[in-house]
Amino acid sequence: METNILNLPEQEYMLPGNRTCAGCTLSIAYRYILKALEGKAIITVPASCLTVLHGMYPTTSVLIPCLNVAFPSTAASASGLVAGLKALGKSDLTVVAFAGDGGTNDIGIQGLSGAAERNTDFIYICYDNEAYMNTGTQRSSSTPLGAKTTTTPTGKRQHAKDMPHIMESHGVPYIATACPSYPADLYDKVRKAKDKNGMTRYIHISTPCAPGWLFPSKDAVTVGRLSVETGMFILYEIENGTFQLTGKSRSMAEHETKLKPLASYMGLQGRFANISQERLEELQHWVNSRWNACLERTSQ
Amino acid sequence: MGTRDCKHISAMASPAVGEVGKTGEWRQLRPVIDYSKCLAAKKNKPHCFLCWLYCPEVVIKKAIPIEIDLTYCKGCGICAEECPAGAITMVAENASRDQDRPTNVE
Amino acid sequence: MLHGIKTGRQMLNNENHDTLIITGNEAAATGAKLSQVQVIAAYPITPQSPVTEKLCQFVETGELNSEYVTVESEHSALSVCIAASSIGARVFTATSANGLAYMCEQIHWAAGARLPVVMACVNRAMAAPWNVLNDQQDSMSQRDAGWIQMFARDNQEILDLIIQAYKIAETVYVPVMVCYDGYILSHTVMPVEIPEQEKVDQFLPPYKPHTILDPADPRNLNQVTLADPRPEASGTICHGYMELRYLLQEALDHSLETITDVERQFASIFGRSRGSLLWDYKLEDAELILMAAGSIATEATAAVDELRHQGYKAGVLGLRVYRPFPKQALIEATSQAKLVVVFDKSLSYGNEGPICCDLKSALYLSNSRPAVHGYIAGLGGRDVKARELVEATLDSIRCLDNEQHVRKSGWINCQI
Repeated sequence: METNILNLPEQEYMLPGNRTCAGCTLSIAYRYILKALEGKAIITVPASCLTVLHGMYPTTSVLIPCLNVAFPSTAASASGLVAGLKALGKSDLTVVAFAGDGGTNDIGIQGLSGAAERNTDFIYICYDNEAYMNTGTQRSSSTPLGAKTTTTPTGKRQHAKDMPHIMESHGVPYIATACPSYPADLYDKVRKAKDKNGMTRYIHISTPCAPGWLFPSKDAVTVGRLSVETGMFILYEIENGTFQLTGKSRSMAEHETKLKPLASYMGLQGRFANISQERLEELQHWVNSRWNACLERTSQ
Repeated sequence: MGTRDCKHISAMASPAVGEVGKTGEWRQLRPVIDYSKCLAAKKNKPHCFLCWLYCPEVVIKKAIPIEIDLTYCKGCGICAEECPAGAITMVAENASRDQDRPTNVE
Repeated sequence: MLHGIKTGRQMLNNENHDTLIITGNEAAATGAKLSQVQVIAAYPITPQSPVTEKLCQFVETGELNSEYVTVESEHSALSVCIAASSIGARVFTATSANGLAYMCEQIHWAAGARLPVVMACVNRAMAAPWNVLNDQQDSMSQRDAGWIQMFARDNQEILDLIIQAYKIAETVYVPVMVCYDGYILSHTVMPVEIPEQEKVDQFLPPYKPHTILDPADPRNLNQVTLADPRPEASGTICHGYMELRYLLQEALDHSLETITDVERQFASIFGRSRGSLLWDYKLEDAELILMAAGSIATEATAAVDELRHQGYKAGVLGLRVYRPFPKQALIEATSQAKLVVVFDKSLSYGNEGPICCDLKSALYLSNSRPAVHGYIAGLGGRDVKARELVEATLDSIRCLDNEQHVRKSGWINCQI
């Protein structure tokens, strides 16, 4: 049963006064994730914006146990926590590996692939702000075609890597995508993942980044909404190979709502300011194809 | 004075509010609530609270009336943008305090 | 007496213990098993691979109740160990050469995080070019990371060192690398007394972590730490990065005493005492010392016998602990000698053999300073024979007699 966004639990696991940028959607998502976990989790965090959110020694801004780990090692470190907890006979804690798109798709992909292949009993969450934001917005394999970053000043020349699809190829039993602009959908997916013990669960969250994507911080939730309404980001779940759209994406499919044109999403973001018409058309085509493929999959 | 009183042998931090300090000092814009428009205030019962829901900083209290902790509010403006009633306005931080409603919390 | 050989091993049943004829790798795996490690993560690499296989066998037959994570790389192996140790499990890993190099950042991490990880390093040459045979370059290349590094001279010592390593590591909260020569020890069978599990349990109490990962007391571990001390919310001034690193160095200094204490306790329970920081052979009246770490030091005992036969008062000083470098013990052990000949199976490129260099640095503080000559030996598995050690030593003696004090390191049997 879907949670009503008005009924999200009130208990907070984050404290005010942290180092995130104003309007950080990772921060928003993290609030919901920790509520869904009821704080009964141990998190491994690689070098990333989340490291900064957690704070600098000797103080932290988060009320759950957190193990900072080397950049490539999020999934392997989480595997170590899982093994350690099992060896010690402690079974009531969820291990959550929580990395950015760099730590997941790029430098961390080996460890994630290994952990997923071993069907490691953890929740792996990727927060995708589509670049290496913590080091100042260099491109990652998640950066969309045409987006400006400091290492793609004339726009990225490749499409983004599809990590959930890669996880599907590993046979991961529960895969979901989510966006903090849709809090209940995100919350429910983490709750569902929390209850699926004994297997790997992968959640890919889109977290729009104001300083990196170059939009005013007040638009953070709007940009996330538009990413879904344009089909740039699609909300879905794959449970044991069965695909279904969820939340806004599902209602768009059910009502046969046309995708909003990409220009409405990109117009808010300075990173697409100089995208060529050719790239824009290519990107629109890519978005349309992916959406249609999802519609086809859903109808099966 | 040395650090021997600190019993840590590795970096192991404890939680506290204001990890980086008073982040309210970062602000260039400050949220101001018009309680005549706020749906929860008008109905005088739990309603909406989207500002609380979307606040990245955990500085909005889900209460009637809504309270924003300005010591730590970074002024991102998401609450103002998301309020369906348009009850929150972002004003320049150096605007006179007299313009605020008296129930704002600092 | 000896019975017929079964599956390549012979058992000599003794009233107190079993003696098995096993390889160094099997001795390492057995040491980990007896230490009742709780989480193992290791990636195969020649010549370490049989360690991983043996441990998997122990786990899957139920002989060892442990979680074995079949990781996809060495970097992940040590990452698993670091995390599992942080949550409070006793961990083990093993590797060699390029595998050690691959986990390099995590080697630094484990030390800085003050985790009692125990790792067997089966010493092998570093690429490039590829070489799977023995030298000590791999572990030497990690000597600055802050681990305790100990060298085994034979398979018995491998097993004993693994068990002692846990006691040492869990006392001082510094990770320990137990190094042993690839192939020469790892693949060679020797008789090894297997301690009884009950006695090992008596010697090695359960691990008590200093790290807290508990939702009831949420902490953030190994986070960004700034250069200077900063107060926590209670007002206590907490360490800056430099103070945390000072504490690591302090722990390494203290570990010299801990290593000696642990060895003494081990000897009292298991009846075997073979030296703590150093071991020696015919050193009592030695004027001429041959010094090395690992199996080459055992080879040096044969060289010393030959030198004694030729009339020289020679002895062997075996380095059991390389890090922390036992400066004081070495100053005392070499105080009566006129010449120390150091055989390094590695090279700090651009300088000289690491053991030779560190010895000279230690002796700088001493009033009685023997001459120190260094030789590079056995790189990439080049066989080292006792007679070559004898020849090198005689060569050094000639140099001394001719008052040639300044000389470059010699290379044993380099055929360039």
